[in-house]
This record gives sequence, C-alpha cells and structure tokens, in this order.
Amino acid sequence: MNGIHDLGGMDGFGPVPRGAEAYVAFHSAWEARVFALTNLALARSGANVDEFRHAIERIAPARYLASGYYQRWLEAVETLLIEKGILTRSEIDLRAGSEGVAANAAAPVAAARARAKNPAAKFSIGARVRARNLNPAGHTRLPRYVRGRIGVIERDRGVYGFPDTNAHHAGSARQHVYSVAFRARELFGAAAHARDRIVIDLWEDYLELAEIKPVRRAPARQPKGKSR
Amino acid sequence: MSADHEHDTSLSGPAARVKALEELLAEKGLVDPARLDQLIETYQHAVGPRVGARVVAKAWCDPAFRRRLFADAVSACAEMGISGPEGGHLVAVENTARVHNLVVCTLCSCYPWPVLGLPPAWYKSFAYRSRAVSDPRGVMREFGLLIPDEVEVRVWDSSAEQRYIVIPERPEGAEALSEAQLAELVTRDSMIGVARVAPPAQARRESR
Repeated sequence: MNGIHDLGGMDGFGPVPRGAEAYVAFHSAWEARVFALTNLALARSGANVDEFRHAIERIAPARYLASGYYQRWLEAVETLLIEKGILTRSEIDLRAGSEGVAANAAAPVAAARARAKNPAAKFSIGARVRARNLNPAGHTRLPRYVRGRIGVIERDRGVYGFPDTNAHHAGSARQHVYSVAFRARELFGAAAHARDRIVIDLWEDYLELAEIKPVRRAPARQPKGKSR
Repeated sequence: MSADHEHDTSLSGPAARVKALEELLAEKGLVDPARLDQLIETYQHAVGPRVGARVVAKAWCDPAFRRRLFADAVSACAEMGISGPEGGHLVAVENTARVHNLVVCTLCSCYPWPVLGLPPAWYKSFAYRSRAVSDPRGVMREFGLLIPDEVEVRVWDSSAEQRYIVIPERPEGAEALSEAQLAELVTRDSMIGVARVAPPAQARRESR
C-alpha cells in the first residue's frame, strides 16, 4: 500500500531530534512493556513480522503521524490479536477502561504462484535494473522513492520469503534479494550530490532489467546490411 | 504480573491498554509476565551499543578478524559470542577516506539489535527516516558531521532482512590504546554513520 509509513524523500518533519531524550529506546515503562509483549505475543498468535509491519502501516495516516512509536506497536499488536481471534476488542476495552481504534482492514492479496525452494538468481552483479512501478494494495517493501528508477545490482543477498505475499499468508514466494545501488541524482534530481548513492535491498519481483542505452553512432559508420 | 504494576491505579491511555493486554494474555496462559521482565532487562542492560563497540575495536586491531567481518559479519560476530534477533543477516560496511556509510530504515525502524541494542528515538523519528535518503549530508550536518565533497556518501536503506553496522575509521592519536580502550571511544552514532569516532582527547566530551 502507498501508506504514510513510506517516508523516504519527504520534507517538512523538521530537524532530527537531538538531546538526551532522543537517545533513549523507551520513554516510559509502558513502552518497554509494549516492546516485550509484542515480541512474545506475536510468536504465540501465529503472526509473522511482515504481517506485524503491515498492521502498523494499516493505521490511518493522520493517526500514524500523531502516535508515538510504541503507541503504533501497541495498536498493531492489538489489531493482530483481535483479527486472529485471540482477544476481542470489547474485552480489551473493558479491561483497559478506554476504547481502541480499529486499523484499516488488510486488502485481499492474490496467492503467489509456486516457486522453486531455492530459485536461481535472475540478475547478476553489475546488471542495470529498474525498480518496477508497482503499487500493491497490501504490504510491500518497495518504497515509492525508487519506483521507476534505475540502479545497479551490487550484491546478491540470497533467497528470502516475499513480504508482499508473506504478510498476507498468501505464500512465501521465496526469491533472491539484491542490494541495489542508485545514484542519489537518479532518485532525487540534480540537487543531490553527484557522488552519493543510496543502496537498498530489493526482492527480485520488484526489479526488471533496464534496457541498455542505445549508443548513437554516425550512420556512415554502420556496416551495410547489418540488422539493428 | 509484576508487583509494581499491581497497585498502580493511575494508568491511563496506552499504559492501561498494554497492562490490559498483558493481563488478558497471561490469564489465557499465552504470555508469562516474568518473560516480559526478562526481555526488558536484556534490552535495557545486556544488549546495546557497547557490544558493537567491541566489534569495531576488534576490527581495528585484528586484520584477520576485520577481513572475516566484512566477508561475513554474522559468523565473525558469532566468534565473539554475539548473535540474536535482528542479527541473522548482519552486514558490516566500512568507512574509508573515500566512502562514508549511513544507515536508515525509511519504512519502519530496522536496526541491528545484537550489536547496537534497540534503536534510539532519533533513528525512529520521521525527520530521520524521511531525509536520510534525500539529504544525507544535511542530516549528518545536523549531527555536526561534515562530509567533504570528494567523499562518496552511501546510504543503506534497511528494507529487507539485512541489518547494517558501520565500522567507522580508527581515529588518529589512538595508537597507544588497547583494544578495550579503543572500544570505549566508539559511539553508537558512529556505528549508524552520523558521527566519526573522535580522538581520545575529544572523546571525553562526546559520549554518544
């Protein structure tokens, strides 16, 4: 989904917070409780980590931005416990003395086609690839800022389950993940630094081979009769 | 449930909701509150950036370890007894005179727990997640770190299973220090990429 969580390249959030408060993991005891409870409860609920991330992404944008980090974790773990039938909204509300807020429902996602358990890599190191312009309704780890942009395969990180289907229990669709290096200017235009690169780990299904740029030559130099 | 929660009647909002969840799950036998206490204890005290600092100092002092670390950080850290959740696909990236690395997770908050602990608030902030990719030099400037024009900045957006730790450059003037003393100089910020490791004289004043 094209959600608010996909923040890369946005402006307007101001300077990065500094100072002592910016260096703590937990601002209060309940945040630590949420962290630990999430880790333990998710394992017991049958939810996977992709599904948990997607439950955070399903928090409505205005609420996402207005909530603290562990507030979002708390709502996501509640969402999953309720959706999996482990707890009900009303029993949580009753016990807590407050009313919870439901997240957006997950979109239906088609089952992935069956794949080889250890599929061969489609792309080789150094290949020019384009991040596909995909806009799935469900979970994805393909951020908007790379879609349609061309980068170079730098590393093959091996084979991993595909979050876009795994988050929805629609198949693991195991495939290669590559570290793809994009020039900063390819992503953010001429104002970006000419030397800088952004390297991002992308699943194979997010990528396609970029066409090789045709080399322009003077027509007289082309050998006659050679098909192009 | 733990004793300090039992008599707390002033909880409201999220604190009350997480308490309700914990109670309900404990009553159903799904979660053991003592395990929650253990997990919190682990991440508040045992696991944190001091672990990563030991890895960095060893990489500075032991060339063979350094090679193994960049070839396979998971195995190299396992040699030191370091492993755990969010560390199964650890990658070490090397700062040099030509390349400066910076780590972010634009989509959520992915972070190498076994070596750095849980992420600090600033790393999870909307400001950092949004601008680390589009204006990394500007973000680093806010931390007081100026990267020369001739140095390439490489931003690692942790969007898959890989978790990145930056191995900063060894500071000048630290030749006489032991590995353990060197580890004392290494800050969390330097292992994310928003700082250099300061020479010994300066390090006392900068402890992040």
